[in-house]
Amino acid sequence: MLLHQLRSGFLLLLLFTFLTGVLYPLAVTGIAQLVFPAKANGSLITMSGKVVGSDLIGQQFSAPGYFWSRLSSTAPGAYNAGASTGSNLGPLNPALLDAAQKRVQALREADPGNQRPVPADLVTSSGSGLDPHISVAAALYQLPRVARVRGMRTDDVRALLEESTEGRFAGILGEPRVNVLRLNLALDAHKEGGR
Amino acid sequence: MSTTAMVEETQQKPGMKREKPKPPKRVKRMALFTKETTLPAIKQAFAMLRPDIQWKNPVMFVVEVGAFLTLLYILKALFGAPESLVSISYFIALDVWLWLTVVFANFATALAEARGKAQAESLRRSRRETRALRLGPDETIEDISSTLLRPGDRVVVSAGFTIPGDGEIISGIASIDESAITGESAPVIREAGSDRSGVTGGTFVLSDRIVVRITSGPGDSFLDRMIGLVEGAIRQRSPNEIALTLALSAMTLIFLIVVIPLWPMAWNAEQYMMGYLGIQEPLKSLGTDIPTLIALLVCLIPTTIGALLAAIGIAGMERALRANIIAKSGKAVEMAGDIDVVLLDKTGTITMGHRHATSFLPLGKYKANDVGQLAALASAADETPEGKSIVKLYESLGNVPVTTPQQSQFVPFSAQTRMSGIDFPNGRRIRKGAPDAVARFIQESGGRVPDNLRPLVDGAASKGATPLVVAEDGQVAGMIVLEDILKPGMKERFARLRKMGLRTVMITGDNPLTASTIAAEAGVDDFIAEATPENKLEYIRKEQAEGKLVAMMGDGTNDAPALAQADVALAMNAGTQAAKEAANMVDLDSDPTKLIETVEIGKQLLITRGALTTFSIANDVAKYFAIIPALFAGTLPWLKLMDIMNLHSPTSAILSAIIFNALIIPALIPVALKGVAYKPLGADALLRRNLLIWGAGGVILPFVGIKLIDVVLVGLHLLS
Amino acid sequence: MFLSTWFLPVALLATTTFIAFPLSKYLAWIMEGKFKAPRFLGWFEEKLDSGPQDWKEYTAALLIFCTALFAFGFLVLVLQPWMPMNPDGKWMLAPSTIFHSAISFMTNTNLQHYSGDQHLSNFSQIFFILTNMFLSAAVGFCALTAIIRAFRGEKLVGNFFVDMWRVVVYMFVPASFIIGVIFLQQGAPMTFDTFARVSTLESPSTQQTIVVGPVAAVEPIKMLGTNGGGFYGMNSAHPFENPTGISNFVNTMAMMLFPFMLVLMYGRMLGRLRHAVVIFSVMLLMMAGTIVWSVYFDTLKPNPGLTGDSVARTYEIPSASAPGGKRTVTVPAVGGLPVDQHLGNLEGKEMRFGTSAGATYAAVTVDVTCGAVNSEHDSLNPIAAISPMVGMWLNCIFGGKGVGMINMLLYVIIGIFVAGMMVGRTPEYLGRKIGAREVKLALIALLVHPIMILGPTGLFAATDWGLKAVSNPGPHGFSQMVYQFSSASANNGSAFDGLGVTYGLANNPAPAPEAVPWDIAAGLVMLFSRFLPIVAPIAMAAYLGAKKRAPQGLGTLRDDTATFALLLLGTILIIGALLFLPVAALGPLAEHLGPIPFGG
Repeated sequence: MLLHQLRSGFLLLLLFTFLTGVLYPLAVTGIAQLVFPAKANGSLITMSGKVVGSDLIGQQFSAPGYFWSRLSSTAPGAYNAGASTGSNLGPLNPALLDAAQKRVQALREADPGNQRPVPADLVTSSGSGLDPHISVAAALYQLPRVARVRGMRTDDVRALLEESTEGRFAGILGEPRVNVLRLNLALDAHKEGGR
Repeated sequence: MSTTAMVEETQQKPGMKREKPKPPKRVKRMALFTKETTLPAIKQAFAMLRPDIQWKNPVMFVVEVGAFLTLLYILKALFGAPESLVSISYFIALDVWLWLTVVFANFATALAEARGKAQAESLRRSRRETRALRLGPDETIEDISSTLLRPGDRVVVSAGFTIPGDGEIISGIASIDESAITGESAPVIREAGSDRSGVTGGTFVLSDRIVVRITSGPGDSFLDRMIGLVEGAIRQRSPNEIALTLALSAMTLIFLIVVIPLWPMAWNAEQYMMGYLGIQEPLKSLGTDIPTLIALLVCLIPTTIGALLAAIGIAGMERALRANIIAKSGKAVEMAGDIDVVLLDKTGTITMGHRHATSFLPLGKYKANDVGQLAALASAADETPEGKSIVKLYESLGNVPVTTPQQSQFVPFSAQTRMSGIDFPNGRRIRKGAPDAVARFIQESGGRVPDNLRPLVDGAASKGATPLVVAEDGQVAGMIVLEDILKPGMKERFARLRKMGLRTVMITGDNPLTASTIAAEAGVDDFIAEATPENKLEYIRKEQAEGKLVAMMGDGTNDAPALAQADVALAMNAGTQAAKEAANMVDLDSDPTKLIETVEIGKQLLITRGALTTFSIANDVAKYFAIIPALFAGTLPWLKLMDIMNLHSPTSAILSAIIFNALIIPALIPVALKGVAYKPLGADALLRRNLLIWGAGGVILPFVGIKLIDVVLVGLHLLS
Repeated sequence: MFLSTWFLPVALLATTTFIAFPLSKYLAWIMEGKFKAPRFLGWFEEKLDSGPQDWKEYTAALLIFCTALFAFGFLVLVLQPWMPMNPDGKWMLAPSTIFHSAISFMTNTNLQHYSGDQHLSNFSQIFFILTNMFLSAAVGFCALTAIIRAFRGEKLVGNFFVDMWRVVVYMFVPASFIIGVIFLQQGAPMTFDTFARVSTLESPSTQQTIVVGPVAAVEPIKMLGTNGGGFYGMNSAHPFENPTGISNFVNTMAMMLFPFMLVLMYGRMLGRLRHAVVIFSVMLLMMAGTIVWSVYFDTLKPNPGLTGDSVARTYEIPSASAPGGKRTVTVPAVGGLPVDQHLGNLEGKEMRFGTSAGATYAAVTVDVTCGAVNSEHDSLNPIAAISPMVGMWLNCIFGGKGVGMINMLLYVIIGIFVAGMMVGRTPEYLGRKIGAREVKLALIALLVHPIMILGPTGLFAATDWGLKAVSNPGPHGFSQMVYQFSSASANNGSAFDGLGVTYGLANNPAPAPEAVPWDIAAGLVMLFSRFLPIVAPIAMAAYLGAKKRAPQGLGTLRDDTATFALLLLGTILIIGALLFLPVAALGPLAEHLGPIPFGG
């Protein structure tokens, strides 16, 4: 009896390993590579034959001429897509408050005239440390600085910003947000195009 | 059927005041705290502190161990180096209340036991030694002490003597005063050869002379054994109680698991707060104080129900006892609460058990009044209740009482003729009797039975009535309708049972037609017509197969198999020995409607248990709100915001909680002993009601209570 | 703002409930064996069938199978360096981590003391993670099915292997496939490649390694099976695991689906749908409660640390040196930062899901003991973090597949046993009287959970194992420990990750030496908390089911009414509060009420 059970157990494990470990992933991969090849390989963005990033993965920006992304707590450097992590700090943790304080300072130093309150997403880390987005408010907050540093008209920047803004799905789901990498790429492209 | 009816009828002496409906509650009242019960209970409460006795109540044993450990801690603090942030008086106060908690719990149990014993004792008082007149084999009478009687002995008891032991009447009929056992002063009739032949030792013969065959030895009489059982049952735990004890022990374990890790956790908080505040000297909170943690544990474990659980069970038995029901085990009482189906005898339970004339129906040339007059004449010398009721009905219709001529010959009822009547000196013969018997009489007299008699007879029979045909010489005059009258208040009682979720089934020897009429009239749910011992048994088995629990009341020997099969079987004390042996409860009052009380007592027992358990657990919520902020006042003072009762200080908070926890036990003793009031509602309504009172009430009450105790403690300057 | 906050949770609860009702019929249909599989599948089913089993044999088969699963998982992880699909040569995890992980995935917990994207090859992801996710999820499902059959009074409770086959092949695989395609469409990668390197825009010299892999295959069963072990370290917060607001919606719904359906399946298979709906409503109410709590305190309230505290507070605490002495503690006022926080606490949240998505997900993922996260639970506002903890402590707000319902049954039994007496009858469930043995078994199963949470937390709180491990000393650090063991015991798998990350528990292949006690303690907790609450209830159901069944009457406690719902809710809340209020006070409450900043 017991032997019979063991046999069935072993058979089951074997069958399932094959089914869920081989057949099922192969089937999904098949669909993926046939129907959604770009997405299936990481939604990579190619600029003039060079892969510059992924649509879904944020990048670190610290130059005043770029829109800055959110804070990232990945190690060793920010926006390390090989080791996603959040800050893992409690909201009252001094380290977290320090980081926010430093970010506020950096933003103010880069744009001394701007005394408006800083949108919270700019002073906090995302969960993954790879958030490609910032809120529209955070982008608007940075807009004067970017325009000034780049010597562009605010309206031009605003137009590009609006292009990179993703709205709510069906007007309800999600928060309106700006893909920072896309926006910065557009800014760079605009610069090149402008000349 | 008719013999039983006759026998039962003969019992109904004028003094029996049977018409008066009894109040629904027939439970004797007993003061909660009397000197006889309270003083021994207090002594017993301390005696029960012995660990080997206390161990039987696991929850309270844990409290006792805690109290003992606290005592050790105090001794160590007194003689060693005190290193605590609170004064020694706090620990002493804590320990005193811990011990009091245990004592209160023991007192509750002891008091319930004392009351149970007192009840048993009052029954036993009727078992004094008496004289017995034993009949020898050669019919000689010897005068001996009742303690020398052995089963099988025959004794003679005549008017004015006490029956020396339990037994069965083997010859004679007597009226007996059973008030020593039942408290009912009206005498009852016991007769040899009937279902009511059983007599109980200690009862008193008022009239006549009977010969009794003793069925039990000295100290082994039925009542002795019953009382013994009750006393034993007080110590026994029913399966349900065992399950609950187990659950309570597990909860105690759970809270042990909650409280023990609190020590390292509180220590952890002390460590990081020292770092946070940057201080060197150790930071202490009550969270690492052992006696305080013991107090917390005691507050959390279900001490309230743990203390009262035994008392509730004993009180249930005792309540049954006070209703004059002797339950052979606590389980039987509890089981009564679970009953789904109740089997009741029609005769004597649902109906008065005897037939009354209710109308006279004329035939042919006769008028109703003529029929009445003839019937009254035929019954003038008839001493049976039926006969009397005919005369009474005739007179109540506004007629002058009939007179019979001097030389009239009364013809009594006999099983052969099944008629009775009167022969006048002038040869005129009047008869009343069963339709076929009277028909024969008419044919013999050369008369003719009219065709329209048959439908009249059938019509009456189909309504559950008994038709008696009245004939004058060769002529049918008409018919007397005899009906068995429903007892007053039965319909309401059945409605009450139905509300409680019970089905009532009537057992009757009548034919199905008659039975269904009476069943509908009485409002029972079902009936067993033409009942025999076999089909009663079969009915019970059928119901049980569907998973239902069946209760039955019976008295006759032929009820015994059904009684043995039923889940709750209540035998009447007046019934036969066989019935009493087969039953698991005996009703000393021999009151057939007692089943209803039995069921209510069972339900009340379970409700009380559930209510106090729920209450006990719900209580803990408030205690947490008092104790947690107090535990960490030394390290995390901002947790004070949790203290919605705003208690004076950490120590007053903990003391108030433990005092509340202790005081709630004696405060609930009355509830445990009297039982939670039972209302015959549907389960859903009942649950809602009790959840509100005992669940929600249990959550809210301690908030008030603890605050009050805190205010009093501070007001009396018992605490800094 | 109101709409964007509350639409998501309401839509999630409504949609899932709406879908669960009809689909649960399909589940019951399959588990009753009424579904006639196509011939080639039916052939396997026959081969697997080792005959009808009684409850002991069924349980034995379950345990044997799980042991085999553990051994298999252990082997795959040990052999990782020598297996294919490992181009960047990922090494073996530390032995204690392998022990921990093999148990973690076998018990459907998916607590990870490693980071998937850094430490596992695609071979391990597929043959360890994926296989375990399908199978361990099905085990709880089968256990519930056995309990249902036992409650029906059947002596033979089915065949474990056939049940497993039905669950995995007829439910999980097709459902995963459908959800997988949705994820693909939304942007989840699905490839057997490992990574792509890109030069970043701002400094092309900085390379960004974008880790890809068979994400879209793992993701559906991770959610459907309430497994929750992410392909990436940051789980469903990672843009590849959860690329959009829509994927987040589907993702959240996927983890709610089976737990919702199983409650209804319970009712359908017993022919007591109304009873199941009452239980379902209680669960739904509690889930709504946890969601409202976390959303209110996390999305609608700012991070108090950034806002500051404008009032200084002083407290008197007793001095330890002299009885009656006092010491004054002053909490100074703290200025806030010039930050606009109208979107709530954004630390650890992703922008693409919407503001309330993180808090909603945090509540749901613990309620259904999934353990996937789309935000960093460690960074939830302190008082909001009570919500996920409560979800794990109660462990019956839908709960994991099968086991959540089983846990709820324990509360049902205890609730009926205690409060049900108040109708004046011996307590009954499904018409059977609850006796000492059933209560004992229910309590054993119920006892395991608090023992396994509070015991180890106490132990670690007082020793260097815990004192040094926490990245946020103070009450938050305490919360991390409580959370870790709660998650392990509830077989949840989410974590206050600060614990593992900063302490180096996850620094594989060479974690901090102190990782060993954490690995082993959490491993054992998962093991006991998984199997005792499966075995004891099966035994309980078998004993109860064997009893004579009494018909429902007016006097019997109705288990399909609002009153019963109230009783059940009260039982759960009171038992839960009594067990866990002290740790809630010491952790999140102390942090919430305390000074700013606190810890560190």
